[in-house]
Amino acid sequence: MSAQLLTYFFVGATFTLYIGIAIWSRSGSTSEFYVAGGHVSPLANGAATAADWMSAASFLSMAGIIAFEGADGARYLMGWTGGYVLLALLLAPYLRKFAKFTVPDFVGDRYYSHTARLVAVVCVIFISFTYVAGQMRGVGVVFSRFLEVDINSGVIIGMGIVFFYAVLGGMKGITYTQVAQYCVLIFAYLVPAIFVSLTLTNNPLPMFGFGSTMADGSGVYLLDRLDGLTTELGMTAFTSGNKSTIDMFFITAALMAGTAGLPHVIVRFFTVPRVRDARISAGYALVFIALLYTTAPAVAAFARINIINNVDSMVYADAPEWFRKWENTGLIAWADKNGDGKVQYRGGNALSPAAPAYDGRGEHGERRVSNQLSDNDNELYVDRDIIVLAHPEIAGLPNWVIALVAAGGLAAALSTAAGLLLVISTAISHDLLKKTLMPSISERQELLFARISAAVAIGIAGLFGIYPLGFVAQVVAFAFGLAAASFFPVILLGIFWKRMNKEAAIAGMLTGLTFTFAYIVYFKFVSPDSNNAENWLFGISPEGIGTLGMILNFVVSGVVANVTPPPPPEIQEMVENIRIPRAI
Amino acid sequence: MNSNNNDYWRANIKLTLMLLAVWFMASFVCGILINDWLNQFRLFGFKLGFWFSQQGAILTFVALIFFYVWRMNRLDRQFGVDEEDDISESPDAGDDV
Repeated sequence: MSAQLLTYFFVGATFTLYIGIAIWSRSGSTSEFYVAGGHVSPLANGAATAADWMSAASFLSMAGIIAFEGADGARYLMGWTGGYVLLALLLAPYLRKFAKFTVPDFVGDRYYSHTARLVAVVCVIFISFTYVAGQMRGVGVVFSRFLEVDINSGVIIGMGIVFFYAVLGGMKGITYTQVAQYCVLIFAYLVPAIFVSLTLTNNPLPMFGFGSTMADGSGVYLLDRLDGLTTELGMTAFTSGNKSTIDMFFITAALMAGTAGLPHVIVRFFTVPRVRDARISAGYALVFIALLYTTAPAVAAFARINIINNVDSMVYADAPEWFRKWENTGLIAWADKNGDGKVQYRGGNALSPAAPAYDGRGEHGERRVSNQLSDNDNELYVDRDIIVLAHPEIAGLPNWVIALVAAGGLAAALSTAAGLLLVISTAISHDLLKKTLMPSISERQELLFARISAAVAIGIAGLFGIYPLGFVAQVVAFAFGLAAASFFPVILLGIFWKRMNKEAAIAGMLTGLTFTFAYIVYFKFVSPDSNNAENWLFGISPEGIGTLGMILNFVVSGVVANVTPPPPPEIQEMVENIRIPRAI
Repeated sequence: MNSNNNDYWRANIKLTLMLLAVWFMASFVCGILINDWLNQFRLFGFKLGFWFSQQGAILTFVALIFFYVWRMNRLDRQFGVDEEDDISESPDAGDDV
């Protein structure tokens, strides 16, 4: 069977499964809609958290980024897993004991303030929408390349599925679909990685395979071979990095604190029955995540070797089918700078600006690029987001593996999108309407509002997919930076510092947010030309500035709390209460 | 807070800080700050610093959380603040049938 037919089959089968689960797990109460009634087993919650967390960025983009950046890619590997240590040790158990529905709930109650709650609601909505936009791009890429439907229909189908189980099932429906989606996505990630690892190194475990010797009998370690190849072609050696130590440090820290502060992850720990379930659940989640995250760098190294071996010096006229198909989707480009009809893959960007714009066909049948050609020997542009999807084809794996990866990519994007949409709808129906604007509505009405806002949020997310904002990739730094600079400190201090009060929380959040927001906006939008290490504050890129925002938040909170009155006694009692697992 | 709960909280903080020190060592110190220096050593086909930042730190994180769970559950029992085995304190005890 052709890869395309198999893809239809796998995607259709998994979508049917998700819908079946949605029908089986409908929500009847707000508690079921918001936190699945608090009855999810820790293991199921671990798997759901892993799927919730691992988005199109983890599944599709991360290995691609590492493939091209080598050692620098470690900031994502460490940042997006290290956050779970913070979550497990500092936040999850206490928030579970607090036992409410949302992150703004905690902020609003702990800081006895509607203003604090509203600031939190705005952050939640902003962070979640930026993140959702990224997922929609992932859905669009998979659909356009593998099902060859246009991106719009792809996004509409994907949104239709999410609509079905998110609006109907709320958190309960999402949780159990996420468990299924985790199984699909991890299987889809590991199978091709194992195949390639066996081919390249004879080692069936990719995480060890990329530290083994090559299977070609040369006895050379794979990473040494790769370092050799990359250096030879004038690129940075794979196991060396380009980023400064301080920038790596700040970016990794921002991703960690951001992970721990992301509302759609935190809320998952409200769904388990007990404090100790929340603890172990974070452990399970990280095991499930680590399975993919320890495989990703192996996939990256394998992919880089395979691309160099298969593409460099390839005669364009003999290019394999996958090369032309990705070229047709606009994610690969070739400019024959030296006119020899072969692809030269070298260091540096081939084109300027880096992403190609096309203009008819060239003499070898390639899509002719209208970009300015950079003054170097590199003739190849490969979009980093295609590595995971294209790698099975590049490595010549069977068609069913290729189809499986497409289904896995969709599972990753849809599971995260659903989790985010739920957080958005909860923030509106629960925090904004029930707790702030219309406290007199009944539970039935609140549930109805929750469903309506979920539906509206899905519609808006769909629009992001159909009309992708050019700057989606750039604003993802926002989500982590803002979560790190706002939620992480305010929740942490709320638990560990009894003296922390409302004035300090609001001042701290606003300082962290304003600073981080302004820094990112300045370098990404106001003055993108000056976005380089010479102009950055202490050499910290916009990606890592959330860490500094977080430090500012801590400092401002500390100072303000000391010059303003302590929180009322009942709040201090509440803090003591959430520190002790047993109910008092 | 009574003195038992105070002692429990202090033991908790001590454990948490200890584990965070390991967390910091594995990721920020070995994975970033002394990464280049560690790269002179090898672990099979990996340079050691590279291995820490791409594999070792993640494995350490997993081990840390499970150690924390085990120690905390023991602390809970020691200080008699563990949860009784009913799950009636879930947030919706009232409206869930």
